[in-house]
Amino acid sequence: MGVRGVGATKAQAFEQAALALSAVVTDPQAIEPRQPIEVECEAPDDELLLADWLNSLIYEMSARRMLFSRFSVELDGRRLRGRAWGESVDPARHHPAVEIKGATYTALRVAQENGEWVAQTVVDV
Amino acid sequence: MDLSLFTQRSAYEWEIPQHDDMRAPAVIFATEALLRAMDQKVYEQAVNVARLPGIVKASYAMPDAHWGYGFPIGGVAAFDPDQGGVISAGGVGFDISCGVRCLHTGLTRTDVAAVQKDLADALYYRIPAGVGSTGAIRLGAAEMDAMLAGGARWAVESGWGLAADLERIEERGQMSGAEPEMVPQRAKERQRDEMGTLGSGNHYLEVQEVTAVFDSSIAAAFGLRIGDIVLMIHCGSRGLGHQIGTDFLKRMATSAKQYGIRLPDRELACAPINSDLGRTYLAAMRAAINCALANRQILTHLVRQVFADLLPQAALAVLYDVSHNTCKVEEHRTNGESRRLYVHRKGATRAFGPGHPDVPAALRAAGQPVLIGGSMGTGSYVLAGTRESESRAFGSACHGAGRAMSRHQASRTWRGCQVIDELAARGIIIRSPSQRGVAEEAPGAYKDVSAVVDAAAAAGLAHKVARLEPLVCIKG
Repeated sequence: MGVRGVGATKAQAFEQAALALSAVVTDPQAIEPRQPIEVECEAPDDELLLADWLNSLIYEMSARRMLFSRFSVELDGRRLRGRAWGESVDPARHHPAVEIKGATYTALRVAQENGEWVAQTVVDV
Repeated sequence: MDLSLFTQRSAYEWEIPQHDDMRAPAVIFATEALLRAMDQKVYEQAVNVARLPGIVKASYAMPDAHWGYGFPIGGVAAFDPDQGGVISAGGVGFDISCGVRCLHTGLTRTDVAAVQKDLADALYYRIPAGVGSTGAIRLGAAEMDAMLAGGARWAVESGWGLAADLERIEERGQMSGAEPEMVPQRAKERQRDEMGTLGSGNHYLEVQEVTAVFDSSIAAAFGLRIGDIVLMIHCGSRGLGHQIGTDFLKRMATSAKQYGIRLPDRELACAPINSDLGRTYLAAMRAAINCALANRQILTHLVRQVFADLLPQAALAVLYDVSHNTCKVEEHRTNGESRRLYVHRKGATRAFGPGHPDVPAALRAAGQPVLIGGSMGTGSYVLAGTRESESRAFGSACHGAGRAMSRHQASRTWRGCQVIDELAARGIIIRSPSQRGVAEEAPGAYKDVSAVVDAAAAAGLAHKVARLEPLVCIKG
């Protein structure tokens, strides 16, 4: 399933791509942004950095059994510091449709188009 | 699919001749109708696989092939380590050793009919399924490593199953060469609470009835008769396999240049078999195979507990257990000589023919059982490996119906409750934690499994033995 974030800055596009990631699982509006977690990533280019960011969130979702609905990203060259706010999965309330296995490199793209940043890839579910 | 790009070798075999930087041709096994309906991306992906170093004979795609990540789903490719051959994390995929296990129940439709709903409820209650579900087993560090080294054998020795089960599992339940210390810590963390869980997506557990037998002799050898009830489990190596796939995809993508490999698609991330990274991945991937085998073994134990309560006369012997996302070292004959090859099967099932030493003794004369999962409303099939399968695609066959529609498109076309009601009217009970998940997996989102199986049989990839239809489906 494809996820795409669009924003005024690259960091915003990364944040929006993370929101799209949550929407693959459930309606992000149903996820309370109660508890923050932090992730750090480093990759040789923007595209692998996006895949790393999404894969870090997929790891956190899986290992902590959480869902996230609010994100903040700071980019420093090839490094990313990110925060995500969310809560524990509640099947009765979230009705999660599917578990995400990983962010792939298929249709992976980070680019500026018509004055906006686009960050996208396909996730395997 | 544009058929003008192919040279037709037979009614069921379509070749993409070697061109440009392809190192071998690509071959798709399909009927003309299936090929015409296939995504054009399958062509591109099959060609890209044929560009990888050390590929032997051809890059193959099975009749259920569809657009995958790097490799097509339904892709088969073998690599020779002595010819610079590679091992590819993308070629195995995220859900390492995802596969299907089939259990006999020893029951008939009549036995189950009276308790069908209770059985559905009990299975749904006992089998952890869906996002966020956890198993009852918590593995500490030492036990995690024992599981990763021991596979289903570890599970049986820990009390989850019978020694006889192991004879009916590929690798006799334990993939050798697994090295738990090569598995990233994060992968182990993801797996800590996930043993004995079904997962989600296309994973399921089904109670099925044998509704047709196509070869009574092989069916008898497999213990299948019309009216028999069997149980099918479809799942894989859970979070552990997903994390190994993620970590090695990055490591292989970023080090390809160092090994002099030009990747036509980053998703084809690979490393030479004879390299530290290649060997490390192989050792970790084999540990993930053991995780999947142990997981299906624990699920088997949970199923037996449910049946012991509701239908204590059930026997629940394992018919067979196949994996369809793997890379395995196998001996194959090419150009008259036997070679040790690294065979990637991504959404494809091993299908060894009669007499093959890796087929359990009790089934050897018949050939290896090939278990083809359907979708919730359509049938599943049991096939058998053929002698000619070896010469087709390294002893491989299809693995399922294959998607015909994206999840997004499916969830816009159907509603989960509508799918559940329609199937209930046909006597099929669905239990799932997610209505949207059911809609995304609606039977109409898949190709016609019968057409896929008929094409596989006609192409000589496997032989049709029996058709199974669902009565209960627990959908993750």
